[in-house]
Amino acid sequence: MIDRRVAKARSPIRSQPLQELDTIAEIPKEEYVLKCSSACAGCSDSLALRYVLKAAGPDTVLVIPACCTSVIQGIYPNTAFNVPVYNIAFGAAAACASGMSNAFRGAGKKTNVIVYAGDGGTLDIGIQAMSGAFERGTDFLYICYDNEAYGNTGMQRSGATPLGAKTTTTPTGKTDFKKDIDGIIAAHDPPYMATAAAAYPQDLFKKVQKALSFRGPSFIHVLAPCPPGWRYSTEKTVEMGKLAVKSGIWVLYEREYGKLSIGAQSKVAMKKPIPLEDYLSPQGRFKGIDPKNVEILKQRIAKNFAKLAAEEASS
Amino acid sequence: MKKIATGNKAVAEAVKQVVPAVVAAYPITPQTEIVEQIAEFVTSGELKSRYIAVESEHSAMAACIGASITGVRTFTATSSHGLLYMHEMTNWAAGARLPIVMANVNRSLGPGWNIWAEHTDAMQERDTGWLQVYVSTVQEAYDAIIMAFRIAEHHDVLLPVMVNLDGFLLSHIMQPLDTIEPGDFIPPLSLPYAIDVTNPAGYGGLTGPDQHFKFRWDIERSMRDSVTVIEETEKEFAKRFGRRYGFTENYRCEDAEIIIVSLGTLGKETEVAIDLLRKEGIRAGSMRLRWLRPFPDLSLLKGKQVVVIDRDYSFGRGGILATEIVAQTKEDVFSVIAGLGGQEVTYEDVADFVRKRRVGTEFWFGVNANV
Repeated sequence: MIDRRVAKARSPIRSQPLQELDTIAEIPKEEYVLKCSSACAGCSDSLALRYVLKAAGPDTVLVIPACCTSVIQGIYPNTAFNVPVYNIAFGAAAACASGMSNAFRGAGKKTNVIVYAGDGGTLDIGIQAMSGAFERGTDFLYICYDNEAYGNTGMQRSGATPLGAKTTTTPTGKTDFKKDIDGIIAAHDPPYMATAAAAYPQDLFKKVQKALSFRGPSFIHVLAPCPPGWRYSTEKTVEMGKLAVKSGIWVLYEREYGKLSIGAQSKVAMKKPIPLEDYLSPQGRFKGIDPKNVEILKQRIAKNFAKLAAEEASS
Repeated sequence: MKKIATGNKAVAEAVKQVVPAVVAAYPITPQTEIVEQIAEFVTSGELKSRYIAVESEHSAMAACIGASITGVRTFTATSSHGLLYMHEMTNWAAGARLPIVMANVNRSLGPGWNIWAEHTDAMQERDTGWLQVYVSTVQEAYDAIIMAFRIAEHHDVLLPVMVNLDGFLLSHIMQPLDTIEPGDFIPPLSLPYAIDVTNPAGYGGLTGPDQHFKFRWDIERSMRDSVTVIEETEKEFAKRFGRRYGFTENYRCEDAEIIIVSLGTLGKETEVAIDLLRKEGIRAGSMRLRWLRPFPDLSLLKGKQVVVIDRDYSFGRGGILATEIVAQTKEDVFSVIAGLGGQEVTYEDVADFVRKRRVGTEFWFGVNANV
């Protein structure tokens, strides 16, 4: 006989109906990210995941490639997550989820299959498998939590690292732009896609519930500030996410069957963004950034605002 | 039911009998006919499977893994570069203890591009924890696929199985095929650790050295246990369906002084060579190795002059099969490297290897170099 090769969660699950919510107090109390995870202090990956799983409920399987979450879940034989978690190789999350979703649907099960992957596993090594899964109309939710570098391995640059940000492989700041993964996903025309931020859990919760209500592939891109990687103090994690939205470098929106709706917080930012420097200066990774790059980032923010506003107006 | 089929069609027919819930595959020459035929069966409703037309072999194996862990039967097929492209995931499938069955149509590796038969592709998967069987006829390809599911899914095994058939030499050759109704020869799959949302668990997460070591040993223990499971399965298959298979297929070995060991279709060519040699008074026999993993007991070779034909090579070391045989028997062999890149090797060539044998040396048929 073989050993049982699965790690056990510490407490049993409770059933939880999906619900509408108006205030954060209405978010379900059930916890699926349990205490004693191995997350860093101030980690917004685990903060976001907490609300993702509250929204998804217990009939959910997480598929995670190599990423910070592979560490956060804890060490065998324990797991910090109270839903089944399937770990898979770095570039294979969407393909694995594709097989899993087909197996569940073939067996008449409605179990949510959620890929929870970092930006490296999404924008870089996992992009082929993800593109294939979206093109095939896989019934799953793909969530990319974006801390804009390979955080798990000590902050090397990824396709998601923004211009000017220092990482261990871009010691003087990145000279290329952040890859527009949302544009790439949009080109696949999924039924639902959205951006979100760990700093806005209510918005994230609603978007996850909405995404799971669609048949077919859906995508949520979550900004996940990282204290050790971005080099800011741990208590500022929520503030960093809010500054990102208020400065417009991160825009909250959703696209439902191609129809774009920009989030209220981002609409405010589009009318009157706070200075980008307010977002950049608390972060060690932008220390000493070339002022020319700050100007380029500002121009790109304005261009992105104009593009999104035009799309929303026309859709 | 009697019919005529290619090796590839036979594989697809076998898959149809076993009804995997999910087939995820990517086309590659010379495997394409397998996936085309399965897609056709699924489209026509003859096969109640979900066919996932993935964008790569890496994703084919990943999708099989994702499906398999929910507790359903899965199948894929590939060849050559496709097999190598999924190499990361073949390791994952075995490490995750998933009874995935795969047909691999043996083909050489580039560069330069060469689509013809060679065993180096599958040989590069030796150390992954997959069971590997090599077949020599259309009928055997069919039977091996059916048995592979039973072996893989046995609770003493729970490891993936790869069925190897030679590109073109078998994949595209038409031979008679007798199809069967496996019935309860293939019991429903019961995966003891299938995902259960009412009993959440983590799979494949961070594992420390002590536990990791235990899991590796567990793979090896199951690989050893698989020997009995293979024997029992082949015995039961013979009882029910009348066709007998073993770890090796031996031809005129009883009184042989010289034994030629080979894999796949070369084994059939060798049997003809044996008859020719016997007429010349050379007491030769053929041993066609069927299972490479688990590696069988080859004590029959002890004290014989052994000629090993490798349609593969490990650069800087030698013919892979020859190396494995020498490691087990502790006796020198005459190692022949032949058939690389689909090079034609006839029974007359094989007879000639035996006539020219120089035990303890290596002979490259392609360049006629004895080294």
